[in-house]
Amino acid sequence: MSPTHPEIDSPAPADAGRTVLDARDVSRALTRISHEILERNRGSRDLVLLGIPTRGVHLAHRIAAKISEVEGIEVPVGSLDVTMYRDDLRMRPARALLPTEIPPGGIDDKTVVLVDDVLYSGRTIRAALDAMNDIGRPRAVRLAVLVDRGHRDLPIRADFVGKNLPTSTAESVAVRLTEHDGEDSVTIR
Amino acid sequence: MTVPMKSRHLLSAADLTRDDAELILATAAELRSLADRPIKKLPALRGRTIVNLFFEDSTRTRISFEAAAKRLSADVINFSAKGSSLSKGESLKDTALTLEAMGADAVVVRHWASGAPHNLANAGWSRSSVINAGDGTHEHPTQALLDAFTMTRHLAPEKGQSLDGRRVAIVGDVLHSRVARSNALLLHTLGAEVTLVAPPTLLPYGVETWNAQTSYDLDSVLPKTDVVMMLRVQRERMNASYFPSVREYSRRYGLDARRMATLQDHAIVMHPGPMIRGMEITADVADSQRSVIVEQVTNGVAVRMAVLYLLLGGSESAVATNAQDESEQQ
Repeated sequence: MSPTHPEIDSPAPADAGRTVLDARDVSRALTRISHEILERNRGSRDLVLLGIPTRGVHLAHRIAAKISEVEGIEVPVGSLDVTMYRDDLRMRPARALLPTEIPPGGIDDKTVVLVDDVLYSGRTIRAALDAMNDIGRPRAVRLAVLVDRGHRDLPIRADFVGKNLPTSTAESVAVRLTEHDGEDSVTIR
Repeated sequence: MTVPMKSRHLLSAADLTRDDAELILATAAELRSLADRPIKKLPALRGRTIVNLFFEDSTRTRISFEAAAKRLSADVINFSAKGSSLSKGESLKDTALTLEAMGADAVVVRHWASGAPHNLANAGWSRSSVINAGDGTHEHPTQALLDAFTMTRHLAPEKGQSLDGRRVAIVGDVLHSRVARSNALLLHTLGAEVTLVAPPTLLPYGVETWNAQTSYDLDSVLPKTDVVMMLRVQRERMNASYFPSVREYSRRYGLDARRMATLQDHAIVMHPGPMIRGMEITADVADSQRSVIVEQVTNGVAVRMAVLYLLLGGSESAVATNAQDESEQQ
């Protein structure tokens, strides 16, 4: 059974169960991810952060801000909508598209870091890799996620993980971010 | 926000709710950026077949639909009346059955008879989606959508802005214009105020039911309007004389530089094409900074992609009936 994709644009429910990360945990995780990205890339040269809407884009902006604090350099941030590349497009009603904004420098020969909130089946990331294929040819693609909850359907793994969260497929993980939901938290129920 | 369209067909601008129309315009806005990318292609309609069924001559609409379908990776079959069995007297029904047998997922139809797309969609001849690309003097909904899209880009470019309260003057041969009717319907849905400007002979019977104002005097309308949309005089549909002479028509209802100077600074000039330079619009107006006529064509591809994607991109059943419970799922 493949997990279904949560509706990415609807606000996460507020009454969700157990809190796994609070605002300070989220901030610490993003700080660590930012440093790991810089370490792995040996600086911020040729880096491009592409967030997957909606929450991935907010996370990408936060990581860019943290990188700029450390390095004093603005890393280009964009967004990549994967709706039309999803493998379940035909199984659901047509969905509204979300913004794709590629930074002016493009992604050719850059190191692109894809940013998403939750890594689950891996199908969104597969779609993102396909979408990127139509936009340019990066030198390398990395993946940063706030939460890795396991249960992959595809051979995909994250390079930078905020929190590894063992879950059962019956549980649902909700990421809430201030920009979209009014507060920072990750809950599980 | 998932707001699936409630129908598999697009036959009339009147069928679109404000939510539907705004979903199409928002989708088109995202798709328009595709034109700036090196690979102008998306995989959404891979393996779907779209037939362009044109009983009447057309350049931009057919090419626009063809480009839109191809950019979404659909297979496109062009079928025009000239040089096919249609010119041998085959009925619309038999043509529809043929297309059905070939497995068309959507039929984009232009027909000289008003109501032909409606027949094609509702007679039970085929299961394909039907998209009206202009039927007689009745409707041309995708033209209205691309016009509304173009207006939005110029007059309400920020997110959350709308065409509410904007004034649009539609000028010329309203009687024979499917563009005017579809625009009046859609713009009313979107909250804009439409004024139809034409000589009395070129306003249709029953125009008072259109939710639009009418005027015979172009000069009094121009200074108040945000958009002026010029229509071509469709002489091929005229079997009587509706105005004394071309010269007189031009003088009273043509847009020239003198009249354009009375427009507000932000006002734009539109024309659905094909235009007759020197008749309803002078060459210097058509080529001026205010004219968005070429942009309308560019936007047409994005808007038609949005329509095709929203009608055909998802699961078939969901668009028509299960729309409600799907959107409430998460």
